[in-house]
Amino acid sequence: MALLTGWAAFLVGFATIAAIYGLLTLGLNVHYGYTGLLNFGHVAFFAAGAYAAAIVTMPPPATVTNASYVVWFNLPMPWGFPVSLAAAALAGGALALLIGLTSVRLGTHYLAIATFALAGVFGDVLVNEAWLTNGSFGMNGVPKPGRAALGADVWQLAYLAFALASLAAVYLLVERVMNAPFGRLLKGIRESEAAAEMLGKNATVAKLKSFVIGGMIAGFAGGVYAHYLGSVVTAQFLPAVTFTVYAAMLLGGAASNTGAVVGAFTVVAFRESTRFITTAYDWVQATLPEPLTGVLPALVGPLPNNPSFIPSMRLVAVGLLFVLVIRYRPEGLLGNPAEVDALGDEGGGE
Amino acid sequence: MGATDGDAPGSTDAVGVDGAADADDGNAGDPLLAVDDVVKAFGGLVAVDGATFDVERESITGLIGPNGAGKSTLFDCITGVHAPDGGTIRLDGEEIQGRSPTAVARRGVGRTFQTPKTFRGMTVRENLAFAARGQTGERALNTLFRPGTVDAEEADVRERVDEILAFLELEHLADEYGSALSGGQRKLLELGRVIVMDPDIILLDEPIAGVNPSLTDDLLDRLEELNDRGRTILLIEHDMDVVMEHCDHVVVMHNGETLASGPPRIVREDDRVVDAYLGGYDA
Repeated sequence: MALLTGWAAFLVGFATIAAIYGLLTLGLNVHYGYTGLLNFGHVAFFAAGAYAAAIVTMPPPATVTNASYVVWFNLPMPWGFPVSLAAAALAGGALALLIGLTSVRLGTHYLAIATFALAGVFGDVLVNEAWLTNGSFGMNGVPKPGRAALGADVWQLAYLAFALASLAAVYLLVERVMNAPFGRLLKGIRESEAAAEMLGKNATVAKLKSFVIGGMIAGFAGGVYAHYLGSVVTAQFLPAVTFTVYAAMLLGGAASNTGAVVGAFTVVAFRESTRFITTAYDWVQATLPEPLTGVLPALVGPLPNNPSFIPSMRLVAVGLLFVLVIRYRPEGLLGNPAEVDALGDEGGGE
Repeated sequence: MGATDGDAPGSTDAVGVDGAADADDGNAGDPLLAVDDVVKAFGGLVAVDGATFDVERESITGLIGPNGAGKSTLFDCITGVHAPDGGTIRLDGEEIQGRSPTAVARRGVGRTFQTPKTFRGMTVRENLAFAARGQTGERALNTLFRPGTVDAEEADVRERVDEILAFLELEHLADEYGSALSGGQRKLLELGRVIVMDPDIILLDEPIAGVNPSLTDDLLDRLEELNDRGRTILLIEHDMDVVMEHCDHVVVMHNGETLASGPPRIVREDDRVVDAYLGGYDA
């Protein structure tokens, strides 16, 4: 039955996830790349969007196993789908507004700590407010719009097309807004808040707007993600997501939207590549001439023989990529060195 | 440039100043900026202690005094960086003390810094365009829903930026990034940003300090030209030759107080000013 097998299935899945990470990276790029806001809690906006999408579309709890949530709207597909995505974007934006109102005045490093902590708090809220989120069981009946009509394989392709189209649309919107005076306003604030204020600009309000816009994009990404996987579980929304998105943004080049998209696809590919470690190992082992077959097992021998060892290498892969980019190409693949130069300086612009 | 002229240039010469310690010009009538008994303390340190003076319309007023006299702190009080602990600051008769820097700037006060705060990661052109006021496109939604207005305004801003690039003779650097400029060029650029903003009064904190001497005369010529076009300028400067030559009016600060105020010739001969600051200056 399944037409999509092996490589094809892998590629379609990879590209869908990469498109979602592309959205997340575009959002973070508004924060950090354009405005210099060191947001270390990006995953919270993503989660807010995913949960909002789940809450507005989940069927009644009686029809779902292990369900104890008391709020659901069961919006019918397909017309509930755009409503759900709008709710996701609004939820991401609303959370960003809430966090931004308390924190956006903080300087770079303090903002990083505050957003990281508040994202952690938000994660705890998701686990504990089971009436709303179904706690750590998660929401496991998020509808996949059109899946019944299209069948599993066609739906996979159709959803990929939708995810890519969403990415393209958000990309174009962000490009327009950032190349307009609003983007220039954000960049000036990134470079020197004091100078921006002396020129009559309200830095706090502009930073808050930037925070909300990036949060809305991340929330939207969460909605796309929820309807893709069909389930939303707190364990999906760990700080590692934030840092993977950072890796994507820095690799692609901060303040470059094209870079954000390229970076997201590259980092997700890099991360997924650990899946093939075992396959590659077996292949090498099978290809090696007889006298050398003992070499690989001897090398691998000291490594822990734990089923979670290989998957955990994903984090190592992303971390390694981080180090390489910062060390050898701080402006990223498509970033502008002259623009990225001063990013992250405390009170830059002097 | 849209200079706000109309009054006869040089009308500031009519200001009656007797050169006495009384910094209040009294009968001058209608100053653009009136600083009255401003006090600002940081803990036990009183940085500004009752500073009082006026800046006449369309004048170039020099604010001088030894290091630590409170000049920059006073600038910070005027521009809203610090709220003064006492006293009033009036712009065109309206009290502005205690307002935010953004509000003061919007009310019509432009300022440069002793160390220029250039937007390093933006081009010279972007640096200048940033300062344009009242841009429809600074609201994110307008960029999407009112593209016609936004683009038309951008075209205007671009034209204006080109004029100012020409005025400051920075055309050849238009597409360079702020980080690539020399110290003197950054001072010019910062001045350019203030000109784009087009405030009623421009406060300059040591505009020629650290500027290559070959650029200094240029910069001073630009200031004179701006002044001729009707802009009021208040500047902090240590170079007495510059102050004597270019300022219509001089205010001397010492230990947070305004010691004297008046035309440069008269202030220079004030005994207390000589004691406090000028030492053996003779021109």
